[in-house]
Amino acid sequence: MAKRIEVSDLNIYYGDFLAVEGVNVSIEPRSITALIGPSGCGKSTFLRSLNRMHEVIPGARVEGKVVMDGQDLYGADTDPVDVRRHIGMVFQRPNPFPTMSIYDNVIAGNRLNGKKMKKAESDDVVERALRGANLWNEVKDRLDRPGSGLSGGQQQRLCIARAIAVGPDVLLMDEPCSALDPISTLAIEDLMTELKDRFTIVIVTHNMQQAARVSESTGFFNLNGVGQPGRLIEFNPTEKIFSNPDQKATEDYISGRFG
Amino acid sequence: MTATKTPTERPPAQRVVRRAGDRLFAGSAKGSGIFILVVLAGVAAFLIGEAIPALTAPAEDVPGGEGLSGYIAPLVLGTLLGAVLALLVATPLAVGIALFVTYYAPRRIAAGLGYAIDLLAAIPSVVYGFWGLAVLAPALVPFHVWAADHLGWLPLFAGPASTSGRTMLTVGLVLAVMILPIISAIAREVFSQAPALHREAALALGATRWEMIKMAVLPYGKSGVIAGAMLGLGRALGETMAVAIVLSGGAGATLNLISSSNPSTIASNIALRFPEATGLGINTLIASGLVLFVITLAVNMLARWIVNRRADFSGAN
Repeated sequence: MAKRIEVSDLNIYYGDFLAVEGVNVSIEPRSITALIGPSGCGKSTFLRSLNRMHEVIPGARVEGKVVMDGQDLYGADTDPVDVRRHIGMVFQRPNPFPTMSIYDNVIAGNRLNGKKMKKAESDDVVERALRGANLWNEVKDRLDRPGSGLSGGQQQRLCIARAIAVGPDVLLMDEPCSALDPISTLAIEDLMTELKDRFTIVIVTHNMQQAARVSESTGFFNLNGVGQPGRLIEFNPTEKIFSNPDQKATEDYISGRFG
Repeated sequence: MTATKTPTERPPAQRVVRRAGDRLFAGSAKGSGIFILVVLAGVAAFLIGEAIPALTAPAEDVPGGEGLSGYIAPLVLGTLLGAVLALLVATPLAVGIALFVTYYAPRRIAAGLGYAIDLLAAIPSVVYGFWGLAVLAPALVPFHVWAADHLGWLPLFAGPASTSGRTMLTVGLVLAVMILPIISAIAREVFSQAPALHREAALALGATRWEMIKMAVLPYGKSGVIAGAMLGLGRALGETMAVAIVLSGGAGATLNLISSSNPSTIASNIALRFPEATGLGINTLIASGLVLFVITLAVNMLARWIVNRRADFSGAN
């Protein structure tokens, strides 16, 4: 279930380019942690390094430690496939598998690694995941239709259902609402608030009101200039960040003086 | 009067403004489309017109003396047998090569391998024919013998094994090598375009690389692979020179792949007989060509049907 993630001295590279430098942070379980900052500051890169999705890009690598529940995620004997099974991810653009039905999309993760499930068991998983993602009532009569036929907000909730169906410990969300309208955004935010009882949630967002609304802790990333590595400038409880931040740069950013 | 009225009748906003370049492009595109149809119709009309005498001729006048269908049926069988065998061998191989090049090989090796495969398409078919005759056929003789001994219970390998290796099996394998670059080039192209969005979705769920390929790459590339396979099948069906050189055809209809008596294929039969054919013989050969034309058309329509069948799930919506 929900687990704490300790990050220490994390440097993230694209080839020789140092994109994010020296991140130290402890992400609390059963809470929502928001990452904010201007474009290109490395917050998405940092998020992707938490479930080893960063290294999918050719030449991309990481130095430092990410420890979840005592296990070093970048340890020599850690399989990235295992890491990703325990740390789910929701992407900026809804990406249900277009060739699969709604049902198959939700169960896709559970069918991996040669696992076999009885029909009743997988029906149960699908229903629970879709209920968990507040989508069940909208799609229960058309589970065999393609997931790509849903609206953008529904597709994103389908992706959340897919991510929680495998029972991960942590849920990473990379700007999950940036392609959605305000109503769908509200639905996803309500959902996040429900899900934080069961998962550790980390969300990257460009929407500062969103960070203020949903998160318990907020990290502010910034960079000194183009070509410079991004850094975690400040990490504090959300109320403190938005009312009385420690750093001048944080205050400038959240008050709209730049970015 | 008219001059003053014209602007009110046709306000400028309703007039379709078309630039010269647009008109030129639309015209040439339309012209190309019509041109293709005219050529196709011309070929079909020629084939049908020339085939009619053979279609209406009494059975004993047709070469072979068993009527037109008796003449063409073994050729159709030979054509399909060789082409399907080639397709069955080449498609999995081509998909494997394409996946290796796009998702497994280090980038430097991948580029080199890609060029090497493409180079296969640059070899003239007559060279493939001689290669099949001089190298592949003798090399396959031991396999023919083995297949006759161990797989003889299958009609395909009933034997007796050919001692020269100039069999339908060898032809199928030569054709497989010939169509390999077509299929793998198209498969490579569609696989490399599988959206990163869906590949990352699969990986983030904890898919291994192979599972990611099964979930996000193969479904996306399926219609492309089918299209490539049909192009390859089209080439294999119509291949003339390589088949004419390798195969010692002319026997009746048989499914036996490894004996020395094989049915010929339509295209190679036309190539071999046409120079000496006269009168009704020519019409008969053209009628067989018409059959090949219809088969190829049917294959393409089948491919299109397969591609469209699950259009809902293709990701195009």
